Amino acid sequence: MARKIRVLVGKAGLDGHDRGAKVVASAMRDAGFEVIYTGLHQTPEMIVQAAVQEDVDAVALSILSGAHMTLFPRVLELMREKGLKDVLLTGGGIIPKEDMEALRKQGVGDLFGPGTTTGAIIDYVRGWVAKHRAPAGAAGAAPARTGTSR
Amino acid sequence: MSAAPRGAAAPASKASPPTRPTPPPLAGEILKGDPRSLARGMTLVENGTPEAEALLDAVYGKKPAAPRVGFTGPPGAGKSTLVAEYARLLRSQGHTVGVIAVDPTSPFTGGAILGDRVRMGEHATDGKVFIRSMATRGSLGGLAARTAELAELLDAWGSETTLIETVGVGQSELDVAETADTTIVVLTPESGDAIQTLKAGLMEIADVLVLNKADNPGADQMTAALRSSLAFRPQGGFKPPIVRTIATERKGIEELHAAIAEHRAWAVRPEQAARLRKERVRSRLRHAVREGLLDSWAARQGLESWIEAAADQVLAGGVSPYRAARDVIERMTRHGGNAS
Amino acid sequence: MAETRAETKVKRAPAAPPGHAPAALSPADGSRPGIPPETLSGIPIEPLYTEKDLPEDLDHRMMPPGEFPYLRGLHPGMYRARLWTMRQFAGYGSAAHTNERFHYLLGHGMTGLSTAFDMPTLMGYDADHPMSLGEVGREGVAVSTLDDMEILFHGIPLDQVTTSMTINAPAIILLAMYVAVAEKNGIPPDKLGGTVQADMLKEFIAQKEWIIPPRPSVKICVDMIEWCAEHMPKWNSISISGYHIREAGATAAQELAFTLADGIGYVEECVKRGMDVDVFAPRLSFFWDVHNDFFEEIAKFRAGRKIWAEVMRDRFHAKNPRSLMLRTHAQTAGVSLTAQQPLNNVARVAIQALAAVLGGTQSLHTNSMDETLALPTEEAATVALRTQQIIAYETGVTATPDPLGGSYFVEALTAEIEKEALGYIRRIDEMGGIVVAVEKGYPQKEIADSAYRFQQQVERGERVIVGVNKFQAENEEITIPVLKIDPEIERGQIDRVRAVRARRPKERHAQAMSALRDACMSTKNLMPFVLDAVRAEATLGEICDVFREAYGVYREPAVF
Repeated sequence: MARKIRVLVGKAGLDGHDRGAKVVASAMRDAGFEVIYTGLHQTPEMIVQAAVQEDVDAVALSILSGAHMTLFPRVLELMREKGLKDVLLTGGGIIPKEDMEALRKQGVGDLFGPGTTTGAIIDYVRGWVAKHRAPAGAAGAAPARTGTSR
Repeated sequence: MSAAPRGAAAPASKASPPTRPTPPPLAGEILKGDPRSLARGMTLVENGTPEAEALLDAVYGKKPAAPRVGFTGPPGAGKSTLVAEYARLLRSQGHTVGVIAVDPTSPFTGGAILGDRVRMGEHATDGKVFIRSMATRGSLGGLAARTAELAELLDAWGSETTLIETVGVGQSELDVAETADTTIVVLTPESGDAIQTLKAGLMEIADVLVLNKADNPGADQMTAALRSSLAFRPQGGFKPPIVRTIATERKGIEELHAAIAEHRAWAVRPEQAARLRKERVRSRLRHAVREGLLDSWAARQGLESWIEAAADQVLAGGVSPYRAARDVIERMTRHGGNAS
Repeated sequence: MAETRAETKVKRAPAAPPGHAPAALSPADGSRPGIPPETLSGIPIEPLYTEKDLPEDLDHRMMPPGEFPYLRGLHPGMYRARLWTMRQFAGYGSAAHTNERFHYLLGHGMTGLSTAFDMPTLMGYDADHPMSLGEVGREGVAVSTLDDMEILFHGIPLDQVTTSMTINAPAIILLAMYVAVAEKNGIPPDKLGGTVQADMLKEFIAQKEWIIPPRPSVKICVDMIEWCAEHMPKWNSISISGYHIREAGATAAQELAFTLADGIGYVEECVKRGMDVDVFAPRLSFFWDVHNDFFEEIAKFRAGRKIWAEVMRDRFHAKNPRSLMLRTHAQTAGVSLTAQQPLNNVARVAIQALAAVLGGTQSLHTNSMDETLALPTEEAATVALRTQQIIAYETGVTATPDPLGGSYFVEALTAEIEKEALGYIRRIDEMGGIVVAVEKGYPQKEIADSAYRFQQQVERGERVIVGVNKFQAENEEITIPVLKIDPEIERGQIDRVRAVRARRPKERHAQAMSALRDACMSTKNLMPFVLDAVRAEATLGEICDVFREAYGVYREPAVF
């Protein structure tokens, strides 16, 4: 049976502009992904519990409010706490390059700014999953990968 | 509301028991209640990996089977909200709750948007509510192929009631009737058309009928219509209560709970319970054997390549699909091996 | 095991050989290859327009501005007599900061104040609520208490300046605070002019800043309309908005239709309550987006006025001419601005602003070129204001009303977009009205589809975005300015809120909150109770918590 890529798409914080998140989710669906869409007003705790329960390959957050330097690190921290070290944290929004770099150093994946095509995001996630995620079917044991999500 | 454990233990025997394979470590973690292991186990089972069978085997019957409540009905009836509110009530009584929410896979792209968690935000950080979204992945019966197995994993994890929400496009809701102990059909005062087209199916499988958005106009007429169509059900079966709810205002949820309990009480009466339990096991076996046979046979015989060749033939205009299918079956039964 | 590609068949137009446009996309009339010429809404555009394309009821349409159906404009003479209001949005950080900005803009020729609030305020949370973490003062000004409101408007003569407040879910609270501040300065509510956005239907459709579900939200909007009709005759108690609907991905026709449907919904609720339409309708105001398709936007403004006038007269039997007039604010389309080559945005905004003026807007906000990326710098904000002033004083377009009236193309397009919008409105009527349609997710789904379709067109190169998918700069480094909001602002705001809670008279506060709680359980107009609570120094978050308790917290369905 073909392995489906499962991605959580959601918006953290109070911002309600979901046009981008929905367009990305639709494009991912059209690329054959299973998209767990968690919607608006998610706290980091809500996002990570969903990521655990849904056994996702990647978490993709849309953050347009400027609060990315608080939210991404907090989500990453919780992901690590809950044993999701082998899950990609990515996303997009209005994020300055310096902040993208700072977040990358902490272990967040590539982040996508305005003008990115959905194709680029999908290719990135697919590539990352092919490289870092053991095919679903590795018996019982956790994948041997540790460390950052790059 | 807990059911009896499945598979009563066999009496101790003096002969040595058949050797069983070492249970996978994941099984142990799930039985201890670890959500991450449960989630990963679910993925293995959903993807039909070789480890899945051993895992299911290792956990089967180890904990009491949680009663399964299925929610079906036309889209827009408010199933998600109702499930969220019902889970809230169960939580207020201290129950651990499992939720499986099924959404359709796009037949063109193979992808899916699984959006039922959005309505369940209230439970999003509650460790005693485990919510899993499943895509149908081509299955047409309203549930995904492995929904029942995932419910078994939830049992092993410790769910005390498992809520299952179907796709609800009404194409065929038979799956849920086979998988759930109690099937709730959720309608609204506007569902008139849905009932016309789906009358037989929906009415027959309902153990409880919910009229949601009961403050909308037409609720009384709809209730009367439902009551009269229920009169046509065969005598002697359970008579489904009709419950009016306004899920967005948290109204009618207690009544729904009572109705489900009413059905449970009927279903566990000895004469029903044994019959239903056997029917359930028969259905599971039928599924598992059919799928297992087809999968292994298809793989061994190279079914895909036979079909590819037959498709070319049909498109070339030489033969009807029905004839071509018959040919494939005959050849596979006789020859085996790959298409020449 | 990589995911098998066999299942991922995305429908695409067949690839064309290089140098050739795909057959389906090459119009037979000699047009350039690409998508067939059509407006952003998909209305086909003819190779040539002649008098044959003029609508049949032209005489009716061409009534002068100031006369029913107001297609040509609301007032005789239009800008010849009086320019539109140049109203630039402002607000960030603390109330003190924003107050400074207000004084700056007033000093530079702005004629009305427009307030932007931060996300916690918009969502009904005080600065010290866990959900507010990292967001206080970031996208607008933080207001949690009456104190904040006093600082915000310090030194500003509220009886001489009009103020627009862009606030929705907690609008009734901010309005009450504004009234209370004026009160403290000896100004009665009937002297106050301005607008509160307070359009919850478009929140559920597009902007998604909500607290309680649709029906109680609409009830509170109607409470404000009712109270203002009686006590604040100069105040626009609602700004029925298309802007956010458009920004979320709707086409121009959908923006027109859903906004007018919202308007119809509010009027229906008011009438159901027994209000006289001619008493409240003159104070309903609207808010359009102005996007890139120049002539389509002008047509949209004109069609909007005609549809609304006819709806008010024929459906609601309004007699007062002022009940029939669709008065509107407009804002240039934020979503059309690019992070790539931001200077280009100055050109975009100028053209969009021109469309709004040729369309006959009453008030206009022009975006700053850097607004995609962060709150605007002072320089960029000034250029945006100057853009309006150049149009007003240098271009000559204000010398006569509706200068494009009678154009074959513009009249045909106006009629076409009117027809499309009426089609949507009819469908919504058949569903049972806009509230039902919103609960069913109908406008939300239309918008999601349009947004996705547009993105696909852009990614296929069928829609050109200059600087993004064509005419890109080599190796462009997009510099997103890091607008560092001083963390002291959040800290300071939290301290201030806590200080208010600690020092306010407890008894008065408790009584006011109790009365408010009771009122929520009734059908009474909540405004007097919110006013009392605000005077008793209840915080925004506390009052919203009462609403949450009484009406429940809304969770949307996932509509795709």
